[in-house]
Amino acid sequence: MRRLKVFKRLVIDSLDVITHGSKKYHLWMALLTLIMLIGMYCYSIQIEQGLSVTGMTDRVSWGLYISNFTFLVGVAAAAVMLVMPTYVLKDIDFKQAVLIGEGLAVAALIMCLAFVVADMGGPSVLWHMIPGIGVFNFPNSMLTWDVIVLNGYLFLNITIPFYILFRHYQGKKSKKSVYVPGAILSVFWAVAIHLVTAFLYQGLQARPFWNNALLGPRFLASAFAAGPALIIIVLAIIRTYTAFKIEDKTLKKIAMVVTVAAQINLIMLISELFKEFYAPTHHSESAYYLFFGLEGKTALLPWIWTAISMNVLATIILTFHKLRNNFKVLFFACFLLFVAIWIEKGFGLIVPGFIPGPYGKIAEYTPTGIEIGVTIGIWAMGAFVFTILARTAIKIETGELRYKKDK
Amino acid sequence: MSSTNKKWFSLNLNSKHKQGSSSCGCGKTSGGCNSHKEPNTELSEEEFFDAAVDASIGEERHKDGFDQVFDVKMSRRSAFKKLTASLLIGAGAVNTSCSFLAGDESKEKAQIDWEEQFKGNYKLMNNDEKKATVDRLVRSYQLRTGKTISMSSTNAEDDVLFGYAFNISKCQGYMDCVNACVEENNQDRNSQMQYIRIHEMEDGKGFNFNEADDNYYHEVPAEGHFYMGTQCFHCDNPPCVDVCPVQATWREDDGLVVIDYDWCVGCRYCMAACPYDGRRFNWSKPEVPESEINKNQHYLGNRLRKKGVMEKCTFCVQRSRAGKNPACVEACPTGARIFGNLLDPNSTIRWVLENKKVFRLKEDLGTEPKFWYFMD
Ligand code: SF4
Ligand code: SF4
Repeated sequence: MRRLKVFKRLVIDSLDVITHGSKKYHLWMALLTLIMLIGMYCYSIQIEQGLSVTGMTDRVSWGLYISNFTFLVGVAAAAVMLVMPTYVLKDIDFKQAVLIGEGLAVAALIMCLAFVVADMGGPSVLWHMIPGIGVFNFPNSMLTWDVIVLNGYLFLNITIPFYILFRHYQGKKSKKSVYVPGAILSVFWAVAIHLVTAFLYQGLQARPFWNNALLGPRFLASAFAAGPALIIIVLAIIRTYTAFKIEDKTLKKIAMVVTVAAQINLIMLISELFKEFYAPTHHSESAYYLFFGLEGKTALLPWIWTAISMNVLATIILTFHKLRNNFKVLFFACFLLFVAIWIEKGFGLIVPGFIPGPYGKIAEYTPTGIEIGVTIGIWAMGAFVFTILARTAIKIETGELRYKKDK
Repeated sequence: MSSTNKKWFSLNLNSKHKQGSSSCGCGKTSGGCNSHKEPNTELSEEEFFDAAVDASIGEERHKDGFDQVFDVKMSRRSAFKKLTASLLIGAGAVNTSCSFLAGDESKEKAQIDWEEQFKGNYKLMNNDEKKATVDRLVRSYQLRTGKTISMSSTNAEDDVLFGYAFNISKCQGYMDCVNACVEENNQDRNSQMQYIRIHEMEDGKGFNFNEADDNYYHEVPAEGHFYMGTQCFHCDNPPCVDVCPVQATWREDDGLVVIDYDWCVGCRYCMAACPYDGRRFNWSKPEVPESEINKNQHYLGNRLRKKGVMEKCTFCVQRSRAGKNPACVEACPTGARIFGNLLDPNSTIRWVLENKKVFRLKEDLGTEPKFWYFMD
């Protein structure tokens, strides 16, 4: 009973926190709301007229939505890079960053689910996918695995921080015996969401571009580069705008993680390029299309080369301690890396899988305005969710928000 | 039999019903196709017996499992229905309070829509449920347009496995099959959806799909070219079926790979998984002029689709299960297309498989298409 009361108070208090703030905060939230509304309008058009308002066709049947979904799974998985050292290795440096990281994971997962729903042809019959009520084609379909691991991960990432914050809110210490097992579980889980999502593509013998054993590991490497890179940027922003203290040491440690992951990612990229271009086969055509274009169709060329140059540049910057320890340079490198991997693991991965088609037909894909509108709307929603979560968490952690018995 | 451990190379056409019978679905008279393998020395009599029992009733066992799940599912589903019953009652109340405006027909329409929205997966329905949904759809069409269609829910027959053969030497690229298919199967006219693609290839370059043209608009047969048609090959080991998260697409016992258009959630995973470009998606609301609608329909076949669902060639299930040839076979003026029951030793398709040098596309993928090509 008492818990319930505390919970009620917490909800009321956080509502208070969310709705009050500086002018800048309000402006930011208003902006996000506006973008979300535009996204919703675009989505309503899509619902009305069908997916024909997007650039997808029978030839390229997945586009921007699934690309963003794939990338965001990676971002979500990255939170774990912070969880492990903090909770398990007693490395207290990261403690502050962890709550932020897990908030980021929650936001990323919500975006993932939104992207999947946006991509569905029949969102009104989505209940067919709910186990028990509908028919869940488990374990045959990798998509059902994905549904399970994503929702499980979402659950973990909500409950662990919630437990900690809830204790802190009441001015109590959180018990290790409660959250450490959860944290350890979520470490394995994060790897699982990533591998399973990679298997979604890797398991299709119809698409040689995806059907290679390196896809899963490369997913992991790029995720552990892009995710923490985003966390560094977010922490830097939080550090400047709030009272939340994040030490330089923490940022440097995360930067280390990013560096190693980025280096591994680059090695795998080289291995992939070698395999595709040293002895090109019929199956290398998609890679040819991606990197050099086929039959004069070159839509992805500028994107992928931008991504690769950014990727290489960022990895070089990160590799040198001198450069990495300069925060301005570090943030720049993180930004480069994030964008590069968004391109590479987003539509640089999904679209070429369909080009050329099963019989060699080359039909290109360009997203439409409505598709882009929905996509940006979902990103805004993610930012919105994250802002709310982070704001409440920070207020509790800094001690500004505490349970008061009789107010 | 051998298909469980060596499914890559041997299409065991008999595995469903004809275990132990003497004829073999592969078309060879005896022993030539691996599916006739006698118990080899490694298996003792007993083991072989077990294996044989397993092979012949394995499917049924499997089904029993399904039925169990199915029962649970149905009860849960009805629980779900009950949960939302309050909503229904609310809607009903609104409906009755306005009943002087809304006639009986619109009430019935609403009732049908409701039941259709929450019905189960056709694959798991028993015959009564199948009939009920078909009746509802027919009635719904009647209420909406005043016209009557006939829709069947005929199940797969025993001892039938459909297969298809395509004579590359005969095909002249007339595309009569494509047009017949569109008319027969009520495909969307706006997006000009077509199940069949005819690839025009250059003589002397072999089967070079990369350079083939599947969208030509000139007089055929073009000098120095030959033609090859593709469509859904009704794979015996279909990758599209495995990936579907809701089992909205499956392989029927007569070998047809079908889709329940009402159960599909439109994720297009099956489209990505098909190596043969066999599937088509309804990107917008499909439209067929009322006068052109083929009213002789099957639930799994050419009934009218809605937007956001997958569809594909069904070997004209509405025709083939009624003992007729698919529309493309009937329409072909050159006789390049051959369709029939692979388990019937006297069928033309069996003759072709036994006497021609047949091949299939992308056999290395292990999908076991039931669609063979051959030349005179
Ligand atoms: S051809 Fe494609 S759609 Fe048809 S059964 Fe095979 S994999 Fe499925
Ligand atoms: S599009 Fe429909 S049939 Fe295809 S995998 Fe998704 S739900 Fe199944």
